[in-house]
Amino acid sequence: MIKLTDVHKRFGSATTGIVAVDNVSLEISDGEIYGIIGYSGAGKSTLIRLLNGLEKPTSGTIEINSREISTIEGVDLRKARQKISMIFQHFNLLWSRTVKENIALPLEIAGVEESERNRKVLELIQLVGLEGRENAYPSELSGGQKQRVGIARALANDPEVLLCDEATSALDPETTDSILNLLTSINERLGLTIVLITHEMHVIRKICHRVAVMESGKVVESGKVLDVFQSPQEAITKRFVSQATDTGQANELIEQIKEDFQTGTLLKLIFVGERTEQPVLASLIRKFEIDVNIVQGNITHTHGGAYGTLLLQLVGEEKIIEQAIDYLHEEDVKTEVIGNE
Amino acid sequence: MSERLFPNVDWTRMFEATAETAYMTIAATLFTIIIGIALGVLLFLTAPGQLWENRKVNVIVGSIVNIFRSIPFLILLILLIPLTFFIFETIIGPTAALPALIIGAAPFYGRMVLIALQEIDKGVIEAARSMGATTSTIIFKVLLPEALPALISGITVTAIALVGSTALAGVIGAGGLGNLAYLEGYQRSRSDVTFIATILILIIVFIIQYIGDAFVKKVDKR
Repeated sequence: MIKLTDVHKRFGSATTGIVAVDNVSLEISDGEIYGIIGYSGAGKSTLIRLLNGLEKPTSGTIEINSREISTIEGVDLRKARQKISMIFQHFNLLWSRTVKENIALPLEIAGVEESERNRKVLELIQLVGLEGRENAYPSELSGGQKQRVGIARALANDPEVLLCDEATSALDPETTDSILNLLTSINERLGLTIVLITHEMHVIRKICHRVAVMESGKVVESGKVLDVFQSPQEAITKRFVSQATDTGQANELIEQIKEDFQTGTLLKLIFVGERTEQPVLASLIRKFEIDVNIVQGNITHTHGGAYGTLLLQLVGEEKIIEQAIDYLHEEDVKTEVIGNE
Repeated sequence: MSERLFPNVDWTRMFEATAETAYMTIAATLFTIIIGIALGVLLFLTAPGQLWENRKVNVIVGSIVNIFRSIPFLILLILLIPLTFFIFETIIGPTAALPALIIGAAPFYGRMVLIALQEIDKGVIEAARSMGATTSTIIFKVLLPEALPALISGITVTAIALVGSTALAGVIGAGGLGNLAYLEGYQRSRSDVTFIATILILIIVFIIQYIGDAFVKKVDKR
């Protein structure tokens, strides 16, 4: 388990310095994929570097599996780092080494002997799907392949924790998805804890179990990904959520829709989890004497389940519409009246 | 035919001189590589924000490098006569020229090593640190291999500059082609000797450049 308690990090002097991380406390469970999202300059890069001691906190404690990371130094810190590995936005591979040799570097550092090293490297090359590219140099690989080498290299010493520093931000959407799938399967197969930082809500939605939102060094909101998607509290979180669900675009649409659908009630339905798979709409139409017009809808899949919105125009007697809304509530569907006549 | 074109050239003497120049260049280059890399790595690692950040050491080593880089080589040769005499008990001959050649070239190469190391992507060093590498592992497995093409082209430039320096050292008694061209060619007005010595020096320079370029091409996988 990773436990951060009142972690504070300041660069420079007490008066003129910059506070990068401001009293952050977090708990990350074993085997979890934990996402930290924020815009650049929010302090997330510093936060992730505190976890492997590349940066030291100004105050506060950082424990990983009951080992205090912020105070250890020298041999102890280097040994600890072999179990807390890291992958990077720009891959940071050695251009002078082949794929095989790059993956072998952490094993050389750990003092693993050559035959064992070769065996392990081959196993990792298979794990990340780079068979046939063993002797290629990084300059001969695509971005996605480079990140696969980065991941294989990070897994070489059987780490307990994998830190991902914007690991997909330099990749195109398709490659991003394949790398995220690889991370998910590693998390499930090897059971290692993954902490990732990103500025893309899409990454959080796709693979994270829990998320923390950072703004000017502070964690402003955190929780299960599905909960955060369903009811974001802070303005910045809402911005990130709309980035992943396209509701930003939808909000503009709603104004247009209000113009277009002057009659009846405009109702937004919010479905979570299994609700998205139930035929609520069909029974609504069968039960009540109203006309239902589907205006817009979408479903977003997160690691914890699906989350959907549906925009309806209900035309009919006001009383019956109210009854219909009550029925939806009984069916565990959240509603929001956007506008009516 | 050579008798008629170059009446004054004593070929045995000419080849001896070539061997002396080659010896001085090779020996001085080897020492320059070792000392230059040590200076460059030290300057790099003691710079602000680096692994051995140390302002004092950085400023002192940086100043020494700058001072020795600024002294004209001929003056350095004369300044180092007492040191040379103390080590070899003579100031004549190719070996006696080595201290001046090395002290003149190593700071120059050290600067080039520093520049080569500064070109390395900082992320690669961070990655090595995140794997739990010691500083010596970072130097030998990351810094030097990643900077290798620039280190080699720096050696090429330095070795060629050293050929020029050996010629100058030759004038004050170190032997080699410079010595021959000066004593036999210039002072006795035998321009054919100067001409042949120049051609041989050019050939040495071209060989060094060719070998250097071939090595850079071979190791550069970027």
